[in-house]
Amino acid sequence: MSEPTTWTLAESARRVREGAISSLELTDAYLDRIDRLDRAIGAYLTVDADGARAQARAADERRSRGERAPLLGVPVGIKDVLNVSGWPCTCGSRILEGYRAPFDATAVERLRAAGAIPLGILNMDEFAMGSSTENSSRQLTRNPWDLERVPGGSSGGSAAAVAADLCPAALGTDTGGSIRQPAALCGCVGLKPTYGRVSRYGLVAYASSLDQIGPLTKDVRDAALLHDVISGRDPRDSTSLDLPPTSLASGLGRELTGMRLGLPAEYFIDGMDPEVETAVRAAVEQCKALGAEIVPISLPQTRYAIATYYIVATAEASANLARFDGVRYGRRVPGEDPIDMVERTRAAGFGPEVKRRIILGTYVLSSGYYDAYYLRALKVRRWIRAGFDEAFRSCDALLTPTSPSPAFRFGERTGDPLQMYLSDIFTVTVNLAGICGVSLPCGFTKAGLPIGLQVIGPALGEAAILRVAHAYEQSTEWHTRRPNLAVGEGAA
Amino acid sequence: MSWRADIGLEVHVQLRTRSKMFCACPNAFGAEPNTQVCPVCLGYPGALPVINQEAIRLTVRTGLLIDAHINLRSKFDRKNYFYPDQAKNYQISQYDQPLCVGGHLDFSVNGESRRVGITRIHLEEDVAKNIHFDADSGVDFNRAGTPLMEIVTEPDLHAPEDTLAFLQALKQVLQYGGVSDCNLEQGNIRCDINCSVRRADAVNLGTKIEIKNMNTFRGVFRALQAEIPRQIRELERGRAIVQETRRWDDAAGRTESMRGKEDAHDYRYFPEPDLPPIVLSEETITAWRAELPDLPAARRARFVAAFSLPEYDAGVLVSDKEVADYFEETVAAGAPAKAASNWIMTELLARVSESGESIRDLKVAPAGLAALIQLVENRTINGPTAKEVLATMLVEGGDPGEIVSKRGLAQVSDAGALENFIEQVVASHAKSVADYRAGKQPAFEFLIGQVMRLSRGKANPQLVRELLKAKLG
Repeated sequence: MSEPTTWTLAESARRVREGAISSLELTDAYLDRIDRLDRAIGAYLTVDADGARAQARAADERRSRGERAPLLGVPVGIKDVLNVSGWPCTCGSRILEGYRAPFDATAVERLRAAGAIPLGILNMDEFAMGSSTENSSRQLTRNPWDLERVPGGSSGGSAAAVAADLCPAALGTDTGGSIRQPAALCGCVGLKPTYGRVSRYGLVAYASSLDQIGPLTKDVRDAALLHDVISGRDPRDSTSLDLPPTSLASGLGRELTGMRLGLPAEYFIDGMDPEVETAVRAAVEQCKALGAEIVPISLPQTRYAIATYYIVATAEASANLARFDGVRYGRRVPGEDPIDMVERTRAAGFGPEVKRRIILGTYVLSSGYYDAYYLRALKVRRWIRAGFDEAFRSCDALLTPTSPSPAFRFGERTGDPLQMYLSDIFTVTVNLAGICGVSLPCGFTKAGLPIGLQVIGPALGEAAILRVAHAYEQSTEWHTRRPNLAVGEGAA
Repeated sequence: MSWRADIGLEVHVQLRTRSKMFCACPNAFGAEPNTQVCPVCLGYPGALPVINQEAIRLTVRTGLLIDAHINLRSKFDRKNYFYPDQAKNYQISQYDQPLCVGGHLDFSVNGESRRVGITRIHLEEDVAKNIHFDADSGVDFNRAGTPLMEIVTEPDLHAPEDTLAFLQALKQVLQYGGVSDCNLEQGNIRCDINCSVRRADAVNLGTKIEIKNMNTFRGVFRALQAEIPRQIRELERGRAIVQETRRWDDAAGRTESMRGKEDAHDYRYFPEPDLPPIVLSEETITAWRAELPDLPAARRARFVAAFSLPEYDAGVLVSDKEVADYFEETVAAGAPAKAASNWIMTELLARVSESGESIRDLKVAPAGLAALIQLVENRTINGPTAKEVLATMLVEGGDPGEIVSKRGLAQVSDAGALENFIEQVVASHAKSVADYRAGKQPAFEFLIGQVMRLSRGKANPQLVRELLKAKLG
């Protein structure tokens, strides 16, 4: 039997179900590996070893009684932005120090209902603002493929944990690329579902009209499986869509005959890493070989996406983060009067990037600037959506790079916020349009860093993009590669 | 030189819903602090609002009652400002697409009929309550997130009297519509006043002063009584009115400056991304329109037509919905309408205005009052005894029939017993008898009084009158 921590989510669930391994043994294997390796990676902020073991025993008990559930007894990692009842939930921020979640996020509740075991809390950029996880106030998370490089962000802990086999799968959140970009940089699969597919109840909001919860996994089938479990209408989130349950995992095939895949010219830009471009273009050829028709298209709106994103997202963030004032929960810095207390609390509690975005968002909503910035951004946003609608009249899905470059070094972009913002240039459009996208490995640089291919689909087009992603993935071996983590690792 | 005041109001009304605006917590007054709260109304990270549909219905109903245009598509917005009584440091409100626009309310002041234009009605969530102790402050979030409807009027009011009459008329409509309990002690209605003054012949409105957070009608009246002359004095001294927000100091009897225009908040409104737009169909509006209750004017006309009540009686009864309901229930329980009206207007309303209670708080229910009236109608008791019985009922409650029999208050209509009383009175008041026979009518009334006294008030006055007349020839 292979090392259990190398198994996919589906494989883990199957082996537990068949009794090849107990949930407790599987959970212990992960706890043991985290113990040995995570000091070097820094993916987890908290590991709930006792809670996970107790739930594993309960899962084994349920199995012995003949109970079935899709993920019974399988541990899953959770991004620090999701409420898990009784756990800390800090969003990578000092301002939520000491806060414990009073309820389960709906996605977490659905994981539990499917039998999964929340294993621990994964690091992230503070309030999901960032592309390298360097904005976490808590700790650094390292890319398992090169410990001197970032894992991407903001779901950097989730991507690093999956890539380093510290959990079979994890939940992340994606507001402008925060699932797909770290998935690309860490060589795993990351799915950003259509806006409204997954309830946001219990997700601490960064930008409410863009945020979406999604899976980070070792392969495409696992992403489909996890999507099926966490998606669906939730009366507690008025923006969640009322749709029948999906069964994406059962609709995956191996060929692409009859599919039309668009190749938007604007996603292959000057200055992008040549190794990324080469790998993505090779992946396009591979899709063609699998039977797809490749359609060159143009999305001229793309050049306005970053500006639009940083207006819409920061405007919403400036209101969403107003509640962190020290009055009711979290960290409080005493002051001379209530207003002084709030000011001191926020000054001490938020990091520089969060402050930068709050100030930017406050500015674009201010009287006299609202029309020029916020209102105009909403117009561009509708135009971006219209551009995709147009593209999807002739294409089933689009192929693009996920990120213009592979994982970069710590500190390389922290001095230049604009440079950092450009990390999301290929991913933000999907959030602005409210559509879906998935990133999956499509090669490695000479230095051994993973490269991500993004497949973009229309609203509710998850079945199409996962079909493309799965057929491509199964015709390559990229997803089977593992980083060489010699640190503390025995001769397995 | 004469001056003219222009007054507009922003009236905040707490709606009568079972739960809060965006969560399932109860919308109720008076519980222990911070016991009616949840992650949503406490603004916990990750909690999301869900629209209370009943609050939408009540707001639209108010719009229909004042002939407003109902927007079939409206939305919620975030109003951003920091204050510890706000859980999220933004308030979910409606900015540029309120549920209702336009409309008007008719009312009368000193017998003169008046109309005030309504600008808009929108829905928002109420804030928490800050409570100040000796050394520090606390926040009670029970009220946070309860539904609050804001009615904005045109500056069509011109005097404190107008404004008070308008507020009373508005309160009637809201009570009739079942929209709000309109309990002022519980802060169900609060308002901000916009007030300016100009020369009587000026075309444009003067500079506006806002007076915030008025929570009694009397306060509004007094604040205007103080503020209008203050503005006139300023203008007469040649000083310009500077736009600002003021507060009413009830103890001092004057308004004082709170903040100037330059300190006004920039609320940075933007569409609430957590809530989809509110979309209403024509069918829904039609159905809601069909459910509208009688308004006071219509009900008054019905009382006159159906119960043959004098206009005056009908007007008094309908001025408070609860009183009008109470009257109709008393009649339904078998009391003649005019008698019911008399008892309610004289005895019960006097009691209510003394104690400040609602008529519903009295220990006498409509059925009890109807039973009491029945006892008078069938001559079991006379009028003065009935008042005595009512006084007992008001204190102790109980059934009037039982009170009468337990205390032996039933009227004496037995001719033998009455003649006995009459003989004693005639024997002991020879002078009055002589006076009566000499044609002095007051002497007769005096003699009747004496008979009633001897019977301890229980004698049937009609019968005493007949028997005494016969006796004295």
